[in-house]
Amino acid sequence: MNWRVAEVVNVVPETPRVKTVAFDVPGWPGHRAGQHVDVRLTAEDGYQAQRSYSIASVPDGTRVELTVERLEDGEVSPYLTDGLRPGDRIELRGPVGGYFVWEPSQGGPLLLVAGGSGVVPLMAMIRARAVAGSDIDARLLFSSRSWEEVIYRGELERLGGGGLTVVHTLTRSQPPGWAGYARRVDAEMLVEVGPSPSRLPGVYVCGPTPFVEAVAEALVELGHEPHRVRTERFGPTGGE
Amino acid sequence: MSPIVSRGFRGRRDGAPNDRVPPGQYVTRDFPVLSAGPTPHRPLELWDFSIVGEVDEPRRWTWEEFRALPSEEVTVDIHCVTKWSKLDTVWQGVSVDTLLDGVETAAEYVVPFSDGGYTTNLPLEDVTGGKAWVAFAYDGEPLEPEHGGPARMLVPHLYFWKSAKWVRGLRLSAIDEPGFWEVNGYHNYGDPWQEQRYWGD
Repeated sequence: MNWRVAEVVNVVPETPRVKTVAFDVPGWPGHRAGQHVDVRLTAEDGYQAQRSYSIASVPDGTRVELTVERLEDGEVSPYLTDGLRPGDRIELRGPVGGYFVWEPSQGGPLLLVAGGSGVVPLMAMIRARAVAGSDIDARLLFSSRSWEEVIYRGELERLGGGGLTVVHTLTRSQPPGWAGYARRVDAEMLVEVGPSPSRLPGVYVCGPTPFVEAVAEALVELGHEPHRVRTERFGPTGGE
Repeated sequence: MSPIVSRGFRGRRDGAPNDRVPPGQYVTRDFPVLSAGPTPHRPLELWDFSIVGEVDEPRRWTWEEFRALPSEEVTVDIHCVTKWSKLDTVWQGVSVDTLLDGVETAAEYVVPFSDGGYTTNLPLEDVTGGKAWVAFAYDGEPLEPEHGGPARMLVPHLYFWKSAKWVRGLRLSAIDEPGFWEVNGYHNYGDPWQEQRYWGD
């Protein structure tokens, strides 16, 4: 799989620590929601660093958007979030991955469970659903630390309805008057958000490893068949 | 294509020796987890390990029998296709040579199979001759379920997805049968030093 030149089109802040970088990638072959790319940075002296990032956008010609959380001790993410400006060029290759993917033709219902920036590949699925004009029953349970740290907050509000239900839980702090969930995702919450295991939903879980471990285990205990629960995890450094 | 220089990028440079870190990898001190679904939890009394497929006679060990086999402590570097490498990891396991000792086979390939349905494929010669183990301890402790316990393959010279977690046996085969990641876009062989990450690499 070849490396391609990717030119920065724009950089948009999502939250204080998260930005979306849009690239123009000539020759981009298209992708499916949930797939990722490898990014390669090269220093003046030839030193290189690579990382993988989920694609946030739906296929749109040669445009590819990555939503990146800045990790303070990270080698690549601070450069992507704070070092890039329009016209800069990096390299990427992809799309990669054929398992943690969803297309509207796969049908529903759909249960998406996101922890923090784990929402990125799930947002690609939500956007793919919207672009297809699909009314498939889709539910997103999205755990963030605070209201300010909810990635894609405005867009999720706009996309809600028409079969898409978005439920937030805020684990560290909540705005005044917050009536929603204010704890980590647990079995009771998963039952309330649904859909029930008997409807055989396709389930996608993405977030930090402890989050994914806990959610996947709760889902299996609730009766979701393990093979319907697809997971993607990132560790403190493993998913940078 | 010669690489594009990224304006202002310097990199962290962890000082890791080039002869131990394959191209495109970075060294981590954590032990990240990568798996495609929920973590299986197999009670030891319901665990066994078997050698099946193209063999003169299938073999099977209970957990107790397996643990009574001679085991080795091995210190190896491991390389995950998601870019992290971890140096000097310490494992205890049973050599695949021990498990295949006395097995008559004309097979050229092996498919480790796991709880949860995971499979991966390797040439048989990549798991024999002191190159692979069925590991049951990491860093002196029983292997945690999220890292593949009770037992996982350890094939450190290939990308780590070849080291199947929750392994329950080896199926020997005359033909090469691509496994879970191998049919989902990842390289059939997976040599980190050749950077064989994906189809076509």
